[in-house]
Amino acid sequence: MVDVLLTVTTTRPPATDLGYLLVKHPGKVHQFDVPTGTAYVLYPEATEDRCTAALLLDVDPARLRAQQESFELGAYVNDRPYAASSLLAGALAKVFRSALRGASKDRPELAAEAIPLRIRVPVLGGSTELATRLFAPLGWAVTAEPIPFEPEIGGNSRYVDLSLSGTVRLADALNHLYVLLPVLDDAKHYWVAPDEIEKLLRSGAGWLAGHPEKVLIARRYLAHRRHLAESALARLEVAEENPDEESELPVARKVSLAEQRRAAVLAALTEADAARVIDLGCGGGALLAALIKDRRFTEIVGTDVSSRALDQATRRLRLDRLPTRQKDRIKIWQSALTYRDDRLRGYDAAVLMEVIEHVDLPRLPALEASVFGHAHPRTVVVTTPNAEYNVHYEGLTGMRHSDHRFEWTRAEFRSWASETAERYGYTVEFRPVGEEHETTGAPTQLAIFKEKEATA
Amino acid sequence: MIDVPELALVALVGISGSGKSTFARTHFKPTQVLSSDYFRGLVADDENDQSASADAFEVLHYVAGKRLAAGRLTVVDATNLQPHARAGLIKVAREHDVLPVAIVLDVPESVAWERTEGRADRTFGRPVLTRMGRDLRRSLGSLAREGFRKVHVLRGVDEIAGAEIRYAKLFNDKRELTGPFDIIGDVHGCHAELVALLTKLGYDVSRAGAPHPAGRTAIFVGDLVDRGPDSPGVLRLVMSMVAAGSAICVPGNHEQKLARKLNGRNVQLTHGLPETLAQLESEPAEFVAEVKTFIEGLVSHYVLDDGKLVVAHAGLKEAYQGRASGRVRSFALYGETTGETDEYGLPVRYPWARDYRGSAAVVYGHVPTPTPEWINNTICLDTGCVFGGSLTALRWPTRELVSVPAAREYYAPVRPLREATTRPDEGLDLADVTGRRHLDYGYGRTTVNAENAAAALEVMSRFALDPATLGWLPPTMAPCSTSNLDGYLEHPATAFADLRAAGVDKVVCEEKHMGSRAVVRVSRTGSGDAIWTRTGRPFFGPALDQPLLERVRTAAAPLFADLDTDWLLLDCELLPWSAKAGGLIRDQYAGVGAAGRHALPAALAVLDQVAARGLDVGALRDRIELRSSEIAGYSAAYRSYVRPTDGLTGVTLAPFALLAGVGVSYASKDHGWHLAQADRLVAADAEIFTPTRRKIVELGDAAAEADATDWWLSLTAAGGEGMVVKPYAGLAVTDAKGRLVQPGVKCRGREYLRIIYGPEYTRPEQLARLRKRNLGRKRSLALREHGLGLAALDRLAEGAPTWRVHELVFAILAAESEPVDPRL
Repeated sequence: MVDVLLTVTTTRPPATDLGYLLVKHPGKVHQFDVPTGTAYVLYPEATEDRCTAALLLDVDPARLRAQQESFELGAYVNDRPYAASSLLAGALAKVFRSALRGASKDRPELAAEAIPLRIRVPVLGGSTELATRLFAPLGWAVTAEPIPFEPEIGGNSRYVDLSLSGTVRLADALNHLYVLLPVLDDAKHYWVAPDEIEKLLRSGAGWLAGHPEKVLIARRYLAHRRHLAESALARLEVAEENPDEESELPVARKVSLAEQRRAAVLAALTEADAARVIDLGCGGGALLAALIKDRRFTEIVGTDVSSRALDQATRRLRLDRLPTRQKDRIKIWQSALTYRDDRLRGYDAAVLMEVIEHVDLPRLPALEASVFGHAHPRTVVVTTPNAEYNVHYEGLTGMRHSDHRFEWTRAEFRSWASETAERYGYTVEFRPVGEEHETTGAPTQLAIFKEKEATA
Repeated sequence: MIDVPELALVALVGISGSGKSTFARTHFKPTQVLSSDYFRGLVADDENDQSASADAFEVLHYVAGKRLAAGRLTVVDATNLQPHARAGLIKVAREHDVLPVAIVLDVPESVAWERTEGRADRTFGRPVLTRMGRDLRRSLGSLAREGFRKVHVLRGVDEIAGAEIRYAKLFNDKRELTGPFDIIGDVHGCHAELVALLTKLGYDVSRAGAPHPAGRTAIFVGDLVDRGPDSPGVLRLVMSMVAAGSAICVPGNHEQKLARKLNGRNVQLTHGLPETLAQLESEPAEFVAEVKTFIEGLVSHYVLDDGKLVVAHAGLKEAYQGRASGRVRSFALYGETTGETDEYGLPVRYPWARDYRGSAAVVYGHVPTPTPEWINNTICLDTGCVFGGSLTALRWPTRELVSVPAAREYYAPVRPLREATTRPDEGLDLADVTGRRHLDYGYGRTTVNAENAAAALEVMSRFALDPATLGWLPPTMAPCSTSNLDGYLEHPATAFADLRAAGVDKVVCEEKHMGSRAVVRVSRTGSGDAIWTRTGRPFFGPALDQPLLERVRTAAAPLFADLDTDWLLLDCELLPWSAKAGGLIRDQYAGVGAAGRHALPAALAVLDQVAARGLDVGALRDRIELRSSEIAGYSAAYRSYVRPTDGLTGVTLAPFALLAGVGVSYASKDHGWHLAQADRLVAADAEIFTPTRRKIVELGDAAAEADATDWWLSLTAAGGEGMVVKPYAGLAVTDAKGRLVQPGVKCRGREYLRIIYGPEYTRPEQLARLRKRNLGRKRSLALREHGLGLAALDRLAEGAPTWRVHELVFAILAAESEPVDPRL
């Protein structure tokens, strides 16, 4: 079962010299064992004027599966056998090793010469636009036709049929493919070698440094290591939390909004004279890291419902390496804000920083009851996006983060906060965070709730 | 004869050699006796290492605490001659609200010395014994003062040897009384209303002691007096009923205060006490004396009806039930306050009922509320009669409420009676669901691992509907045993064999709809209606879910009437698959299809060219051709579950089981009944409902089995997913040993399985490998989730508190995060 396919054609006479460059005779069918299956090199055409070499990779799903431990259904039914990706890139590196290095025993001059080449990858994950961005700067004329779904389903799949033509050294062409096929595909990769950074640098020699998309290329090329580590956690389809969610929004800032928000929260806590503080929904622990640096906070608790977020926070704070005295100041607990949690009672202050907007509106009363009613700290600091400000984010449609269940205007936030304060015996004051705009206000709104003096 | 309460901490007191261990061995079970020698041995390898005493007692107290918390009599075998040693025991007893009892063994020093000399491991000298004797003399006078509620002193060898232990029940233990009862809320001197209520309940108020002809017993939750027009009249009636055995009474804080006043104590004349005192002035002195005696004889709470019912004036948390201590009495009389006061100057009460997780129903009064509501198996019956509300009784065990309105407002409330709200929010505690938890749910026992609970918590709290709504989640279903028939991994023959092996003789084969599982709750009024996925998430969002529910509600109107229920819970499949899973189909399945359908022809073209050059690629080409046909089959499989939808247009529900209604779980109804109800819905609205095709098969009837098999072949040939084979008798079928049987096994079609096992799974070598699949885990998971779900329906039907239903529903979700082959 031959599935993944790549063809390379040259019209430089004698075109059959392509066989020398690839060290694969055009008159034979070549077969190689590669880690993910069997690779074939064969020539559909081989004349003086035009010669095409095809690399076919026969992927063995069982061998593919053996490389990963996962219970995702995707591990059993997936597109790897059909779509060019790191698998094909890996086979390419193995089968055309010397050509990739630019070495040729028989035709050294030809190997050093830019020759007319045409490359086709019939199925490759990625968009037309990205394919152009990646290959055009390297001197290729790019055609990338989207592959459609069946008519019942309609629209286009995430695959393109890619054709490249240009006058390029064969070794360069192969290195382009070796690096850029997985970058373009950018799906989960199951195949990983230990020295990826070095491989990237070696294959990118001479072209990657000057590539306008080098950041994207490096990030995506290396990204699969992280994906691999985290694939098990995807089992429950939990959306990934992005602690600095605005960071990808196109707005120029000197200090990031996330930093300004943390500073505003710290200021509110300091004013409230809070020493024992809980960060509810601490995420990756960005605020905890700031809190622990300030000795005025004698007891710091971070809670989140996501075990993954808690692991991140634990790593970020290097909890396992903190000296005992420091470590005693900080605790990380799993908790859910819609349930009462006795452990959270009796603290000076609680922080809900960019948390409430991740709770479905109908569930918000349960959060209010557990935080303001049950935990009932002296001070509660809440921040949430100001929806009015969204007009300043160019290109933003909908909400600022895919997991936001709502974003409130200032009036909506004030109304909620005032009612909640009234119900649970707090007073509340409001502050803008971030650069304030005349009509829309600041990007983030902050409320400080203070417990009313008990009428004892 | 030594009287010891059934639950007590018994301290043996005596010098070395006084025979404490022998006494303990004679009268108590070995596990009831905690000996200081033994604990010294545990922590120091030497029973006589006095330097280990501090550690030994720390552990001993800890173990004693665990025993007492569990309600077990505990005997401490130590000299207990030092006040500080005894203080430690008193503290442990008080922490668990049990009575501390001392039994002193007083033998002549000479006897003790003789025994000591006879033991090789005792090395101390006689002066030590003499000193112990002095300590004992000093202790004897102070034991009662230190807090021992009973002190028994046995003097001399003979008295010790002749002693017998007699266990005494606690005053509050009335578990043997099983009623039926009528529990009556705060009366506060409203004599006329009390007479009216008792009469309405069937008591013969004209006769002395107001007996009930059917032998029912009235229980008064206290606060008989103050504020109202005729407190003496109420007292006289209740006292006569108690004396006649037709009533039981616990004291309220108002009785308590009245008794203190009658005893000449200085109390504030507020909250209606002056009215009572004025009314009592015209009563004879003997009656007032009787009242004082009556109140002083009242026990602050009772545990009744085999432990199923607890009555106390202000309620009682679980840890205090059946216990005896000052703070238990105080809680029963006054409740627990936070120390703060509200805007009316009244104490803020700690909401103990919200945290209540006990199995006994707690019935109480004390806090006027407009309507009595069950909160976590507790109910307050004070409906503010004296404030112009009503006087309410709860009939037990039927839990009916009976009330009579007040003739007028007799006393102005300090704080207005709170306006009627909807069902009070019971809320949920994290401890209800997290950590490693053991559940005994009636159909079995299970342990929820902490990691699975953690994963479920995330889904439940971030994505699911309100747990108060989410009364049930669908269990996973196991496939039938693997078939060995050529070309098949699953086949009706093995499905029938599986059920026959479980002792089932009649099955229903239901068409398996390929869509998204949907649980629907609809009600007559529409309030609280919801539709959720198998992980408890809302379906499409309110904009589509609400109109969909409206359609279901309308169609279900005749069912509400016929089944006499205000709401119904339906188990359905929502179709088409693409309506909810469109993204998944495109990203996962159709993506593979598009890639395969494009890649294979390109490869074939290359190979044809190679072949045209005279090279042999025949075998390779054959493989690709085969693969092309497999990918075509795969594409056809998922395409049959894709249909255009626009909003709700094109969306349908296929109901196949009616799970529960008000006060009832329909699990015991057979599938003929369930499908008949589903058919009624289809008949009412054929656009929104899709029928479920079915075949009923008597197992062993070869013709019927063959007919069902043909039916399955034709269903699956037409693109159907397959069928589910269920025991016809119902949802909760058990085998001969009383164990739950799988509620059904799925039997999936040959082509459908391509989207599960891959386009090429039908190749003989692949099938051979796949046939080794292990179904054990999946089956046990399916059965466990099924049992948890049945239990959740039962609890829903009996109106259990939210947390009792939620712990089961949560456990189902937690089970779903266990790693099981997702292809099964």
